[in-house]
Amino acid sequence: MSKKIKLTDKGVEFLKKVQELSGEIITLCEQCGTCTGGCPYVDQMDITPSQIMRKTMLGQTDVLDSQTMWICASCFTCTVRCPRMLDVSKVSEALRQVKLREAVDKINIDGISDEDAKELPSIAVVSAFRKFTG
Amino acid sequence: MKKNIKISYFPGCTLKTTAKNFERSAVKAGGLIGIEMVELSKWNCCGVVTSLTSDDLMKHVAPIRNFVRAEEMKDQGLVNDSRMLILCSMCFNTMKRSNKRVRENAEDLKSINDFMYLEKDYNGSVGVVHYLELMAEIGFDNIAGKIKKQLKGLKIAPYYGCMLLRPKDIGIDDAEAPHIIEDFIGSVGAESVGWDAKSRCCGSYHTVNNKDIVVNLAKGIIENARLHGAEALITSCPLCAFNLDNRQKLIMEKDPNFRPMPVFYFTQLLALALGLGEEDIGLEGNFIDTKPLLKEKNLI
Repeated sequence: MSKKIKLTDKGVEFLKKVQELSGEIITLCEQCGTCTGGCPYVDQMDITPSQIMRKTMLGQTDVLDSQTMWICASCFTCTVRCPRMLDVSKVSEALRQVKLREAVDKINIDGISDEDAKELPSIAVVSAFRKFTG
Repeated sequence: MKKNIKISYFPGCTLKTTAKNFERSAVKAGGLIGIEMVELSKWNCCGVVTSLTSDDLMKHVAPIRNFVRAEEMKDQGLVNDSRMLILCSMCFNTMKRSNKRVRENAEDLKSINDFMYLEKDYNGSVGVVHYLELMAEIGFDNIAGKIKKQLKGLKIAPYYGCMLLRPKDIGIDDAEAPHIIEDFIGSVGAESVGWDAKSRCCGSYHTVNNKDIVVNLAKGIIENARLHGAEALITSCPLCAFNLDNRQKLIMEKDPNFRPMPVFYFTQLLALALGLGEEDIGLEGNFIDTKPLLKEKNLI
């Protein structure tokens, strides 16, 4: 007897949204694991880059509860290695944007110490706020 | 004799603040190798990280406005090269990506031009070039001929990071096996080491609110450089420089056995090799003291 995975309506809508935001056809991912294998951040992540691709493909919105998309720093290592020419960094950005556009910020300005506020290069601060605020 | 390249130059915010030594060494050294850098008037922050979603064209306005400035400079005859020179790897990546997007997409360019209705239209005529690429055009052999002080015996780990190499259509060299920084190191008489972490991410902006990530990555990168015999690292990115240089303070707090390693901007070594003075090399701007190493090699 064959079993079929059926996406819920909400799941289909979620997949469509992430595909539109990222511009990537996520369903082309064949789960080879190259993105995960080369990711310099994977040991800090709760689920792997391949898993965020798979969960998104299946419309599983709980992918948004994972920390992986916030740990991804758009280093583009996966981008240049994907044999399907998919850009996982764009999928991470799309997932971040889904959350950030609900007006949820992932950075607290008060958490920056006085010492860091003086020493941090401006590009560090600007990029962190671009990535962690909506 | 070949005419100097007179080119518009986009510094970006960090070269005017924490990376002044990067800018000064590049400008002064440029003057000796045939690059005359003319700073853009009224430039603005590029946004540092490019927007990766398809629907927020708004975030490309800031980079594109800088290209309007570059076209104005061309029209005024202030430059003899139609490109824009960038030093900071992050600015380079972001500016080049926005430029590529509007050059390949007339509708996006029109939307941005319409939005910036008080500015002249950007026509897409400005290319983006990195300082290293310009050196390669001049020829590393020619640069080697201008060197006053061979950096003999200095073993350097060439650190590319992410933004000079990826994605492929933006990178200045092969994404997996680059050699342009090695070519540069050879031209100043130093020795480059082969190592594993030359294009591994340094932790980037996590340095603001997740320092542990940066400490782990930076430590791994520096230890790999040392394992392969390097005495110093060179970079072209002020954020990599901060994470690899200044964050060594946190690495040492965490691991008392960690041995610090000097980190230079590549232009500092160029300035040193061209015989420029200490005020132009700007060694006091580097966090880990670079002078003991340079004294040991009789370079200062």
